[in-house]
Amino acid sequence: MTVLLVAVGAAVGAPARYLLDRAVQSRHDSVFPWGTCVVNVLGCFLLGVLTGLPSALFALLGTGFCGALTTYSTFSYETLRLLQLRAWLMAGLNVVVSLVAGLGAAYLGMALVS
Amino acid sequence: MQEPVDPDVSLAVPAQRRELREHPAAVLCAISLGGVCGALARYGVGVLIPHEPGQWAWATWLVNLSGCLLIGVLMALIGRLWPRQQLIRPFAGVGVLGGYTTFSTATVDVVHQLNAHQPALAMLYMVTTVLGALLAVSAGFAVTTAALSRREKVAW
Repeated sequence: MTVLLVAVGAAVGAPARYLLDRAVQSRHDSVFPWGTCVVNVLGCFLLGVLTGLPSALFALLGTGFCGALTTYSTFSYETLRLLQLRAWLMAGLNVVVSLVAGLGAAYLGMALVS
Repeated sequence: MQEPVDPDVSLAVPAQRRELREHPAAVLCAISLGGVCGALARYGVGVLIPHEPGQWAWATWLVNLSGCLLIGVLMALIGRLWPRQQLIRPFAGVGVLGGYTTFSTATVDVVHQLNAHQPALAMLYMVTTVLGALLAVSAGFAVTTAALSRREKVAW
């Protein structure tokens, strides 16, 4: 049963990341990967809000949806690309902004429900 | 023209800008199906290597590092071998590896570790995840690119 809930959440979460990434990029014509950064930070906030949910709901919305909505692989490849382009500042900013804003968002989400 | 940096989708790449308009159902279904495969693999690793909130989350750590290694391999393969395959990136990159790796769980793991009064553990977990991810993606990309170059030389 849990497996099915994770699958359903992920089936929605992964395309949601793609569509949100496109929506953000269409508004920001920049080499900085705003799309992934925004989606990851948003996902951290949501997962923070969801902590403490009953396990079935957490499997669907946390492990499934938020897990698939956010991504470490895209984030790391983008940072590698920025390093390859010698955009050192952008690469560093991508790491720092994603980590710090992600932590802040997760804290905020958890604080809202505790 | 800007060089693409985003493997999920780069609107700077004309083919990727067009893909949703031209094949919306195929692209979104490929991403969704890939996301399910990736998330179930991540869930499986979590079941095999369980942890309590506040502890070092080996499952998330391993999933993220291995997923980053694989995206390096995949993007090198797509660039060199399959530049015209339209659904490999949506399925395997956006879907499978995007669904397998998770930024939100890695971040919430750190908050749990901080809340459990383990600041050193939290810092080590966060730093080794991000540096390990960057090393893994670089290694995956470099080794695959080198192997493909060697293969091309041999073929000549």
